[in-house]
Amino acid sequence: MKIAVCVKQVPDTWAEKKLTDADKTLDRESADGVMNELDEYAVEEALQLTEANGGEVVAVTMGPEKAEETVRKALQMGADSGIHIVDDSLHGSDAIATSLVLSKVLADKGFDLIIFGSESTDARMSVVPAMVAERLGVPQMTFANKVEVDGGSIKIQRQTEYGYDEVEAATPAVVSVVEKINEPRYPSFKGIMAAKKKPIDTVTVAEAGVDAGKVGLGAAWSEVEEFSERPPKAAGVKIEDDGSGGVKIAEYLSEQKFI
Amino acid sequence: MSEILVLVDHSDGTVKKVTLELLTLARSVGEPSAVVIGSGVDTQPLAEYGAATIYVADDGELSDYVVGPKVDVLAQLVAEKSPAAVLVSSTAEGKEVAGRLAVRLDSGVITDAVGIAEDLSATQNIFGGAVIVTSKVTTGTPVITVRPNSSPAEPAPAAGTVVPVSVVLSESAKAARITNRVVAQAGGRPELTEAAIVVSGGRGVGGEDGFGVIETLADSLGAAVGASRAATDAGWYPHQYQVGQTGKTVAPQLYIANGISGAIQHRAGMQTSKTIVVVNKDPEAPIFELADFGVVGDLFTIVPQLTEEIQKRKG
Repeated sequence: MKIAVCVKQVPDTWAEKKLTDADKTLDRESADGVMNELDEYAVEEALQLTEANGGEVVAVTMGPEKAEETVRKALQMGADSGIHIVDDSLHGSDAIATSLVLSKVLADKGFDLIIFGSESTDARMSVVPAMVAERLGVPQMTFANKVEVDGGSIKIQRQTEYGYDEVEAATPAVVSVVEKINEPRYPSFKGIMAAKKKPIDTVTVAEAGVDAGKVGLGAAWSEVEEFSERPPKAAGVKIEDDGSGGVKIAEYLSEQKFI
Repeated sequence: MSEILVLVDHSDGTVKKVTLELLTLARSVGEPSAVVIGSGVDTQPLAEYGAATIYVADDGELSDYVVGPKVDVLAQLVAEKSPAAVLVSSTAEGKEVAGRLAVRLDSGVITDAVGIAEDLSATQNIFGGAVIVTSKVTTGTPVITVRPNSSPAEPAPAAGTVVPVSVVLSESAKAARITNRVVAQAGGRPELTEAAIVVSGGRGVGGEDGFGVIETLADSLGAAVGASRAATDAGWYPHQYQVGQTGKTVAPQLYIANGISGAIQHRAGMQTSKTIVVVNKDPEAPIFELADFGVVGDLFTIVPQLTEEIQKRKG
């Protein structure tokens, strides 16, 4: 089976994130770029599925030059090859444009599954997998905490607010996986060495068959009008427990009309 | 006044509170119409909270598939009614519905709004609430998802005229079939992202057993239970209750953080809560920076005492 796994480079999860004053887009320079944590589960799931069923894994990213590091990380983990969609015109693309470009690049390449992490830790919209399924007209098998593939059919457990739904579909399908579906592997020394020789195709917007006027900040379907940093919270009350800490909280909650 | 479509969130036939919040919000920017997808839903609260029209698509087939049928219904209504905007609650599935609908309509989408102005620009708290952004959809019919608990639900009775809607589902809407629904959540507690009060535990809780005192406190307040990543990673509490950067984002009226240090990972999921109470034995824990009321001490003496006091006061 042939699996595309979509990965995104994001600012380090533990770093403070900012918008740039210049064009109100995410400042990708001020923090180290890392593979979106939740995408590691997607890579691992793709690797486990091909290890069990045979096949190949192609790691796909869209992002600036340095986002290649994230494709390389997927290759170190064990993916076979990479596709890096890189083009100056993509800067500032919103989810609608991102899904457009990804679906153009992924269509007609014979992928049985296209696997995503369930959300990116920077934008946190969690909509691109559903949008790609919509654009490709294939089953949306998102928020999976279990994936089973049998020939041309796929079953997942889709995490819900109340538990999970069991969902079935025929491949090809778009899948997103949730945190903890598996235990992502660390790249081994051998994997790191092997990754140096694995091919990464670069694809421009024109090569993807997308009109450059449809992507990037200028073409975005929505725009940021203004932004400001949240003012720091006014200092609250902090007391040492003298044996009546619980009662004091209850008094405070009562004053605030919570009880 | 221009029509605003509000997709109704419901479970077991009952409309969820977030929908009443959305109807209230929709009234400030236009005339709300509720869109009910599914059967056996009590539509009375929708009229009570201001829905002039209630579109009802109740074909049983609509709930058999993932997300797609909801997109089909909304896309058809948008085509027929040309509303000024579509509002959906910002749940995991709500955002997927909104995203697919926006693609279908070739419209812009904004997720996780906490407010909407008269010109339909939306306010969002991004980067875990550290930055406040105002954004506007510039193309097509704005599709906006709004976070639970971000605005009040206030009744304002309206006609609530029920209009049945029938839809022939597209092939792609039927591509992912739901074969079984498993309810795993132990009953009684409100949903984490919708709850007015959330009581959370972290590393300081010390283990799976330690969550007993957290749950008892939560139950005394009718609250949901949350956990920090340290606690869910350690396997002390199920992963779906994780609050934080890689878990759920909550913004309840009251958040009580117990034994949570307040790393950015956790703050990103809760710092826009209206009132924050902290119990932690480390006086230097960064979570105290967010606290409206903080107590430095042992949660295993403070939390049970608090629970007992609440029960006493509630009689």
